[in-house]
Amino acid sequence: MEALGLLLHGFAVLLTWKTLVLMMVGLVLGIFVGVLPGLGGPNGVAILLPLTFTMDPTSAIVMLSCIYWGALFGGAITSILFNIPGEAWSVATTFDGYPMAQQGRAAEALTAAFTSSFIGSLVAVLLITFLAPMISSFALKFGPPEFFAVYLLTFCSFVGLGREAKHKTVISMSLGLLLAGVGMDTVSGQLRMTFGSAELLRGINFLVAVIGLFGISEILLTMEERLALRGHAASISLRVVLGVWRDLPKYWVTLLRSSFIGCWLGITPGGAIAASFMGYNLAKRFAKDPESFGKGRIEGVFAPETAAHASGTSALLPMLALGIPGSGTAAILLGGLMVWGLNPGPLLFVEHKDFVWGLIASMYLGNVVGLVLVLTTVPIFASILRVPFAAVAPMIVVSCAIGAYAIQNAMFDIWLMLGFGVVGYVFKKIGIPLAPFTLALVLGSRAEDAFRLSMIGSGGDLKVFWSNGLVGSITTLAIALLFWPLIDGLLARVGWTQRARPAPR
Amino acid sequence: MVESHRRCDPHRLELAVDIRNNNPNKLNKKRREEAVRNSVAAACAAAALFVGAPAFAGWEPTKPVEIVVAAGAGGASDQMARMMQAAIQKNNLMKQPMVVSLKGGASGAEALMYMKSSEGDPNKVLIAYSLIYMLPLSAKIPFNWRELTPVSVIALDQFVLWDNSAGPKTVKEFVAAAKAASSPFKMGGTGSKREDHVLTVFLEQKTGAKFSYLPYKSGGEAATQLVGNHTESNVNNPSENLEVWRAGQVRPLCVFDKERISYSSKVTDTQSWADIPTCKEEGVDVQYLMLRAMFLPGKVTPEQQAFYVNLFQKVTQTAEYKDYMEKQALKPIFLTGKDMVQFLEEDDAQNKALMTEAGFVAK
Repeated sequence: MEALGLLLHGFAVLLTWKTLVLMMVGLVLGIFVGVLPGLGGPNGVAILLPLTFTMDPTSAIVMLSCIYWGALFGGAITSILFNIPGEAWSVATTFDGYPMAQQGRAAEALTAAFTSSFIGSLVAVLLITFLAPMISSFALKFGPPEFFAVYLLTFCSFVGLGREAKHKTVISMSLGLLLAGVGMDTVSGQLRMTFGSAELLRGINFLVAVIGLFGISEILLTMEERLALRGHAASISLRVVLGVWRDLPKYWVTLLRSSFIGCWLGITPGGAIAASFMGYNLAKRFAKDPESFGKGRIEGVFAPETAAHASGTSALLPMLALGIPGSGTAAILLGGLMVWGLNPGPLLFVEHKDFVWGLIASMYLGNVVGLVLVLTTVPIFASILRVPFAAVAPMIVVSCAIGAYAIQNAMFDIWLMLGFGVVGYVFKKIGIPLAPFTLALVLGSRAEDAFRLSMIGSGGDLKVFWSNGLVGSITTLAIALLFWPLIDGLLARVGWTQRARPAPR
Repeated sequence: MVESHRRCDPHRLELAVDIRNNNPNKLNKKRREEAVRNSVAAACAAAALFVGAPAFAGWEPTKPVEIVVAAGAGGASDQMARMMQAAIQKNNLMKQPMVVSLKGGASGAEALMYMKSSEGDPNKVLIAYSLIYMLPLSAKIPFNWRELTPVSVIALDQFVLWDNSAGPKTVKEFVAAAKAASSPFKMGGTGSKREDHVLTVFLEQKTGAKFSYLPYKSGGEAATQLVGNHTESNVNNPSENLEVWRAGQVRPLCVFDKERISYSSKVTDTQSWADIPTCKEEGVDVQYLMLRAMFLPGKVTPEQQAFYVNLFQKVTQTAEYKDYMEKQALKPIFLTGKDMVQFLEEDDAQNKALMTEAGFVAK
């Protein structure tokens, strides 16, 4: 096992007091930037990147990857406590994490989130360790039709598997797609729906929208309803942590499924964002009582977090092997590597073995150290909820505003964020789900570009989506999922299944 | 006024330097003092050259400086910005840290509008390329590079025609295969109605072959798509295809310049940049070189401009820069002041002519 030997060598390099201290520092900094909504992963890592320039390469890499881990862990904290997702993939964590926090189970939700992050990453790192060479060649199979098929699959699974009224999901998604079209169109090089405004040129930033839709609208609702964050009496002790861990084996199917989805979408370049949504949707679909999702069910935290972190971790693989970053944070990390003359590419694994295996070893260590660190801080974070709402709310609004501003240094984005806050409030009042809207906003323009590039390449022939086994099976699966309720009904009528419930539990 | 004139004298800088240098690192101190003195001297000289009259020298950034990249992560601009960031930091060329800020949204228009709206802010510097001429023409972006403050042209970038290493081996075979193909060859590139697209149009005009142009989000993406056989060719900058070339996954067919690239040390086992023939040699007379230039926002003061002229001149003398130029096959150049403006005007006119001929100018 050559991989194992190299990995052990990597550990040997890393296990010194100096690197362990750097690791802790990196993690704490990472968690800190992850917690500030909007500032989030990418910006935080960008700000901290120059810190590493004066270090030797190994220390720099350890520090950088730990900042990355820290930011990943930290993103879950705001999603659960304040309903404000820091990164695109934290959105699905809010669905059940926030209700849990409101019911006074914040510590439980946070423990679940961190634990499942750990499991997801661990599975992905194992995958990277043993399958790296094979996976990079798999990622190369993805051209425009394959990309589009994956996006289509994500959209379709939302419509087909979601429990909300179908027409409301479609309305929400269409609005998101519409707004995703604002700005420069890459394929034609023309501006769309900017109405001559220089501010709209950039398009609508996804994070600005999310901060408004989730964070601000939540504040508005809370103000209207009760002027208090419910559930301040979060019981905090080692017992909560152990309790969650004891129940873990019960959810092994969910954990395994989400890890699989995460790894698969993570190594699909650019697919990482869709993972948490899909993990969540499938868990809901296969549950005995899907109605309890969205009301504070611990599985609703396990599923998206495992998938998100499996994909976030395995997304490092296309980044290293192909130079295509799977997320904003990974993109900054990529920049950091290039400072060291480590140009991502197929030869990185051959020419810089020490570096690659050092990085992989630091993934293992960073993940373990991170879990311990973050669990010990759960009480501190959970106690934020004990602070009276009147004191916390202004702070949340201010940090949302700072976050929205910091993404592009644009005052306009703060107004946009407030606007989305109102939209989110109205949507919640009339029962239109927010998730399809955000999904469409983040994947809309990618899906459109992939579709149009496929059409240019094939000369307008739709058959390109069935032109090989890979793209054909993804497209077919997507369409089957879209019409799943019908298919499910038909199967039941024929008597094949009694209300299909494929996952045995 | 008198005050600032006096500060221009490098020998009277002792006090200022000592105050600024509260870094305990004694080893570096002397070097840094020297650097500061030189930089002030040079900046004073440069400022005097630019404006002739009152020179307010000795300005330096008091906040971290942002290098604004008008492209996505991992592209040629990003790599270059990272190189400069590291060169500045490692050689202590500036006290304030430098951060790279990626503003590749709207095909780079985001960066241009960001610079435009940062008028008077001397802590932002744009690493520009031909988009400063092309975007206003193709997408009617309300932007004109003359509104920014030119600092220096720091390199010229090449374009190379690449195909998959399993594809045709020479330009002639490639053109013949493209003509014979039942559906047009797919040409990957970055952005629409921009340098890559323009080159594709001229390649079509000169060879008579047809291509479907696929605009990707970055040169890195265009590179992997070529490796994965989703396109037949691309016209990437050397830096964007370097790694996959070294891995033997793509083949350079010809370089779009009037002469071969000068670097003759081996990049792959058998080939160097200098071994790539020019397209003209191969019978396809298409030439294009792209500027890599630094700009400050508009309305900054002459001494702020002078500081950066000096800073980037020093960057071009670092080992990091020289190494980068060779590795990524860029043409070293350093233009500033009047020379730069003249270069920009000529380059602008040439780009405009190409864009008009390709039919990419918005009505």
